[in-house]
Amino acid sequence: MAQLLWLVPLLPLLGFTALALTGGHLGRRAVAWIGAGSVGLSAALALWIAAGFLLHPPAGHAYTLTAWQWMAVEGFTPTIGFYLDPLSVVMMLVVTFVGFLIHLYSTEFMAGDPGYSRFFAYLNLFVASMLALVLADNLLFLYLGWEGVGLCSYLLIGFWYDDPDNGRAARKAFVVTRIGDVAFTVGLFVLFTHLGTLDIQPLMAQAAAQWPAGSALATTAAFLLLGGAVGKSAQLPLQTWLPDAMAGPTPVSALIHAATMVTAGVYLIARTHVLFALAPAAQLAVAVVGAATLLLAGFSALTQWDIKRILAYSTISQIGYMFLALGVGAWAVAIFHLMIHAFFKALLFLSAGVVIHALDDEHNIFRMGGLRRTLPAAFWPFLIGGLALSAVPFISAGFYSKDLIIFDAWSSASGSPWLWAAAWVGALMTSMYTFRLIFIAFFGEPRTQVTRRPGTRVMIPLVILSVLSVIGGCLELPAYMGNVHLFTGFLHLSLPAVHALAGDATETALELLSAAASLGGIYLAYVLFLRNPHWLRNLASQGTGAALHRFWFGDWAMDWLYDRLAVRPYYWFARVNRGDVVDAFYRGLALLSQALHEVLSETQTGTLRRYALGMTVGSLIVLSIAVFV
Amino acid sequence: MILLWLILVLLIGGLLAWLAGPRHPLWSRWVSLASLGVDLALALALWVEAPGGVDLSRGGPWVATLTWSWIPTFGINFHLAADGLSILMTMLTLVLGIASVLASWTEIRERVGFFHFNLLWSLAGTLGVFLAFDLFLFFFFWEVMLVPMYFLIALWGHERRIYAAIKFFLFTQGSGLFMLIAILGLVFAHHSATGTYTFDYFDLLGTRLAPHLAMWLMLGFFFAFAVKLPAVPFHTWLPDAHTEAPTAGSVILAGVLLKTGAYGLIRFVVPLFPEAAHRFAPVAMALGVVGILYGAMLAFAQRDLKRLVAYSSISHLGFVLLGVFAWNLLALQGAVMQMVAHGLTTGALFIMVGAIQERLHTRDMGRMGALWHAMPRMGAVGLFLAVASLGLPGLANFVGEFLTLLGSYRVSVPLTVTATVGLVAATVYALILVQKVFHGRPREHWEAADLGARAMAVMLTLIALVVWLGVYPQPVLNTAHPALSAALTPPARVALSTGAAP
Amino acid sequence: MPVAHLPINHALLLASVLFVLGLLGVLVRRNVIFILVCIEIMLNAAGVAFVAAGSRWQQADGQIMFILILTLAAAEVAVGLALILQFYHRFRSLDADAASDMEG
Repeated sequence: MAQLLWLVPLLPLLGFTALALTGGHLGRRAVAWIGAGSVGLSAALALWIAAGFLLHPPAGHAYTLTAWQWMAVEGFTPTIGFYLDPLSVVMMLVVTFVGFLIHLYSTEFMAGDPGYSRFFAYLNLFVASMLALVLADNLLFLYLGWEGVGLCSYLLIGFWYDDPDNGRAARKAFVVTRIGDVAFTVGLFVLFTHLGTLDIQPLMAQAAAQWPAGSALATTAAFLLLGGAVGKSAQLPLQTWLPDAMAGPTPVSALIHAATMVTAGVYLIARTHVLFALAPAAQLAVAVVGAATLLLAGFSALTQWDIKRILAYSTISQIGYMFLALGVGAWAVAIFHLMIHAFFKALLFLSAGVVIHALDDEHNIFRMGGLRRTLPAAFWPFLIGGLALSAVPFISAGFYSKDLIIFDAWSSASGSPWLWAAAWVGALMTSMYTFRLIFIAFFGEPRTQVTRRPGTRVMIPLVILSVLSVIGGCLELPAYMGNVHLFTGFLHLSLPAVHALAGDATETALELLSAAASLGGIYLAYVLFLRNPHWLRNLASQGTGAALHRFWFGDWAMDWLYDRLAVRPYYWFARVNRGDVVDAFYRGLALLSQALHEVLSETQTGTLRRYALGMTVGSLIVLSIAVFV
Repeated sequence: MILLWLILVLLIGGLLAWLAGPRHPLWSRWVSLASLGVDLALALALWVEAPGGVDLSRGGPWVATLTWSWIPTFGINFHLAADGLSILMTMLTLVLGIASVLASWTEIRERVGFFHFNLLWSLAGTLGVFLAFDLFLFFFFWEVMLVPMYFLIALWGHERRIYAAIKFFLFTQGSGLFMLIAILGLVFAHHSATGTYTFDYFDLLGTRLAPHLAMWLMLGFFFAFAVKLPAVPFHTWLPDAHTEAPTAGSVILAGVLLKTGAYGLIRFVVPLFPEAAHRFAPVAMALGVVGILYGAMLAFAQRDLKRLVAYSSISHLGFVLLGVFAWNLLALQGAVMQMVAHGLTTGALFIMVGAIQERLHTRDMGRMGALWHAMPRMGAVGLFLAVASLGLPGLANFVGEFLTLLGSYRVSVPLTVTATVGLVAATVYALILVQKVFHGRPREHWEAADLGARAMAVMLTLIALVVWLGVYPQPVLNTAHPALSAALTPPARVALSTGAAP
Repeated sequence: MPVAHLPINHALLLASVLFVLGLLGVLVRRNVIFILVCIEIMLNAAGVAFVAAGSRWQQADGQIMFILILTLAAAEVAVGLALILQFYHRFRSLDADAASDMEG
């Protein structure tokens, strides 16, 4: 049955082709069936393949399927080929399953939109590209998926293209990630030129055989891949596109900018973990980038008023956690958090979508209030998602995944107390900004009338994702709760286990501290935003407090900086040189010959006898030269 | 003989189209279409029946040749030959020829017969350039393709057509003069070394030249081809010519005529003067990289939609220059792939721009916006083409650019990294095109029909080709392979191995 | 047949004098008819030089060339006079300088 693997990405691609070629002439029901149905079938098939993989694991716990040879030039022989190992099984399931739920949700959520067919076409193309990305057996095919999801992200952010602001956000997302992709591409050049292949498994074997740990080439290659990952996963210093990307429809934010595409960088690093293990400097950089990003994004999230932007910053921050895990060598843990995050962040976005719809496109949390009673259908899923995001002990899946990361940041061979401290502070921030949002938007007095209530096709995904956000953690239980390691045990078939230096006692102690951070954050949010909101309001309205608020609100002024450093000079150059300065030379040449022409045409008087005189004098001169010289 | 017919069919078709024009415009359109179709069938037959078939890499490089004595006193022969590279370029020429006839079906309404005559003769000249293996004959065809193109721009062009046509003519003619001098210099150098006059390509390969002389002769050829390509800083004729030409003219210019420059570099500059060209390679590669970035930046700066596409051509052909002079097969294959891909995507883009101009009577992007509402099919096509031209993997341009960069990375890391930054610049101009034309707020109210069935058929064919070559470029790569590896091997061995074939 | 040997130098001198006279006439006269007449004189000067050279080398070529010049001159006069007629029609004058409105 694994032979049918190629069908998993092909089904959504066929869905896209059908929708694109019919070009909006289909009825809404047909579009919904094709759009959601193709991904649903793909999810079912993926589930079946995964079950087969678990029950009858192939030799070496990996299965390769080559569709055809993409090209073959001078030893450069990438294929259109799929590679199934525990890592890609997990990713495939997350993408198809969450993808299907969000498609289902969209069939109702987008129902009133004139671009219904276009929306599902893009969304199907996205799922197909994402599946190509996670299933690719070589880096070039992976890059195909990588760029494909980038394109779909662009198309879907700018889906409502009438508003130029949406277009700007979409272009920003594509261009910024493409800057990272330049690094990725150069990384591919380095890898192929020095190792002679881009097939991931032979490539990793070659790298391990040819490059000693810490060698300059390995470090360069790892840093370049990190550049790509940083762009796609919105990490420092290329994180500025993700908050703006919230201009897209909410299901898009849930699928692309929370659950799947933005975690592609995490997948890439996990996929090429051998390379990063060979380059300790790059791996440390991964950890530092992750730690710095999760803190920065946490502070920014505290100051936003747009419900989707808060969630966007929390996504950046949570991916920071995944990077931190990758950086300390806890590959499987990072993927675990990736999966749990996909569940609860999709849940948060989808319920935020319900809220936004219910309040007639209201994004400002300060104009919501009291939704706990007026819109319970959104409140309960949002609360469950918020609990998971805040990693509230025991009752949320996020607790198990995030606390593993915080623990590994301390105990891993490449971890350090500093990384742990950053992660701990980050955890405090996370629950603070999450419950700030919940307290302001869902508690207090209602400020806006609820006009619409969700239907079944919206509620089914919310319920399923809520359940997963609660029980998903049971795959991975700490020592004092039964020591279950189903998930990491499965992943360790393809990823090495983390070298933990600390024992179970330390783990218990650290988890207690994390639990304290999570609950403490909620308490702080309760005190600061629900009980005494005027404290902070006073603080933020004057002097340093106001400046700091502006600074965090504007994403640590990085947008401003990039605007001055890159965007404006480019526009300036374009404006100044629109007429092409090189052409000035040729225009000068033309002007010169025109001037010469004017000088010479003076002699053309039209008097016949002058011409005759000129001819006579000329022939006399030529004759005298011929005779006398 | 098939090679001669390839050219003759177009010449005769052109005359017939001219004669048919005054009777009924449709006749000359159909005559042109038929002669191009026959030609394409001939070219396909040549490709399929070549030794080794479509996978030319198994046979020898030469598929067909034809030699007639022309002016024996000076060793001038009517010598046509075809290898994989020639066949690829021939097929590209004919496909775009058909596309441009179809694209000007409703656009051209005056002097229809003469228009098609010029179109077909220009294409015939181009085929001659791709097939001629006698330098005299090559130069002859080089001029043949130029003059009809001048008329196409000057007679059926837009507002500043005379300016653009003259500029185009002066640039190409001026640079052609340098090539003529270099050809004569090469022939005389060969004469003084061997005592015989010959213009034959295979005899001139491996002529022993003093390094100094070789460098000057190489520069003469390089200059002509660099103007045609065009490489920065010789590019300024291109935006004007492309912008002012009628749609068919722009398609042929961008898709085919520019390729003659690239073809000349691969066919003549590299094999005839290997040492000199190799010494010159760093400069040429740097020019290529400058072209990639400069073209992309200027494309972004334009307000005129057609100028934007024209500058994007400069950027794309920078990759070709980079690839040819990176001096390895990987990059050279990439360059050829880029030539084909650029021909298809930019040709299609010009057809799209032409269709927009035909409907709105403006090319000013400041007056467009939100055209997706009125023309969803045009929007989807435009989006696809923009995405293809920014180098999305899975489409043909990506294969060309990636192979080029992969090959040039072995030669120069800094140049390759700089060129890779061009991918970001390409993204910027491609997206601004989509934004300004199809997205955003409508600036003026346009009531315009969407792309019709004929245009959609052309577009879908070109799109299918771009996708096909993007996911399976092997036919192109295999076809070009023997020709390219011959171009890179030292000339002495080439002369030996081809001694029997032509 | 006895030929009175005219030294070639004399003949050439005559030819050059005629030629210079014709040329001067072309340069100084403003009447188009006179200019045409002067051109005829120059042509005949060339003819004299041809004949003289032919007799000097005992070759018939000189005379053949003279006949050629004669026919050319006839043709030229025909065309020239036609032009002059047109000229007069247009400008109502025979002054060559009157036609100077072609200056570039």
